[in-house]
Amino acid sequence: MVIEKPKLETVWEWLSAVPDPEIPVISLTDLGIIRNVAWQGDVLEVTVTPTYSGCPATSIINLDIETALRANGIEKLTLKRQLSPAWTTDWLSDAGRTKLEAYGIAPPQPAGGPQHCPRCQSNDLEKISQFGSTPCKAQWRCRDCLEPFDYFKCI
Amino acid sequence: MSTATDPKFEFLCRMGDNSLVLGHRVSEWCGVSPVLEEDIALANVALDLIGQTQLWLGLAGEVEGAGRDADKLAFHRDVWDFRNVLLVEQPNGDFGQTMMRQFLFDAWHLSQLTALIESSDDQIAAIAEKSGKEVTYHLERSTDTVIGLGDGTEESHVRMQNALDLLWPYVGEMFISDDVDAAMVAAGIAPDPSNLRAGYDQLVDNVLSAATLNKPEDDFAHKGGKSGVRHSEHLGHMLTQMQWLQRAYPDATW
Repeated sequence: MVIEKPKLETVWEWLSAVPDPEIPVISLTDLGIIRNVAWQGDVLEVTVTPTYSGCPATSIINLDIETALRANGIEKLTLKRQLSPAWTTDWLSDAGRTKLEAYGIAPPQPAGGPQHCPRCQSNDLEKISQFGSTPCKAQWRCRDCLEPFDYFKCI
Repeated sequence: MSTATDPKFEFLCRMGDNSLVLGHRVSEWCGVSPVLEEDIALANVALDLIGQTQLWLGLAGEVEGAGRDADKLAFHRDVWDFRNVLLVEQPNGDFGQTMMRQFLFDAWHLSQLTALIESSDDQIAAIAEKSGKEVTYHLERSTDTVIGLGDGTEESHVRMQNALDLLWPYVGEMFISDDVDAAMVAAGIAPDPSNLRAGYDQLVDNVLSAATLNKPEDDFAHKGGKSGVRHSEHLGHMLTQMQWLQRAYPDATW
């Protein structure tokens, strides 16, 4: 059986359908952690960078990538970890930022805090904690609608 | 094992053991912190440190070339093989003492990682770049907390001053240079620890002043952790907790 190598654009499309295991509203490509996809001979090499070095989702992410690619008929693949350049929230896609906000998570801002409450758009906000339910988030609260919400930390 | 004296292996164990031992200590707060937000914050800091440990000790195992991975190094060594500074193995005490220890370490840690980004070793530079982003965040939080509690209530001020008095004698060890450091400097791998002292003192002085705390005048420094010559009794007790599963069921895996 001869299997043709799928185009790299097609592989990127498949990867863009893999949700982040902890924030399933965005995909792995939205998150910006897939750094490269390339054929090394007949082996597909996917380069992934971790968001936080201790993020427990990292091993699940690798498993999900492998599962998705195998489901699309890729038999030979390797996953490569790349630490440098270190992941930055600048790599979060615009589509990803929009999806986060619609989901109730304020997207990262260079100013270091959320722009507005993702529920009622108020600017009257306070930080509850620098850390949140996952390594990539902090906890904030809206003083108008009084709802606490997650803020995707800017790093 | 002769390779255990390779200075690069020793250096990587020092980096990895610092983050491992402090990461484990901080994780001891999980579920018992004063408030939920602090519980989550401490667990996140611990998680970052354990993640960094996997990178440092993973590389240490590669450099050693004896088939030991990060888990083997973390769980199959005994006290005398650990190379962390004494500061990080000190018990948590109260929340203030934990945060003072964190601040005194974070301030050193960030300056060390910032210098290591320029390392002649690409893998070490990459780990430093990655970890540095996380530790920047740790230092921001520990600085804010030390100032908030130091310049807080009468009770919190007294506790923070006591914590500083207790922990200050463990600061000096982070800046002592030895043969391993000299070899790292010669290879362009890492900075001379003593060169980081001036910047550290300036940062610490500014923060302690904002926190209305007095730095002890006596600069006496306990040592023996990073060289492994003499750890405090606390490390062994900590390892009985941290390593019990691998000791009871060697090589057990998930």
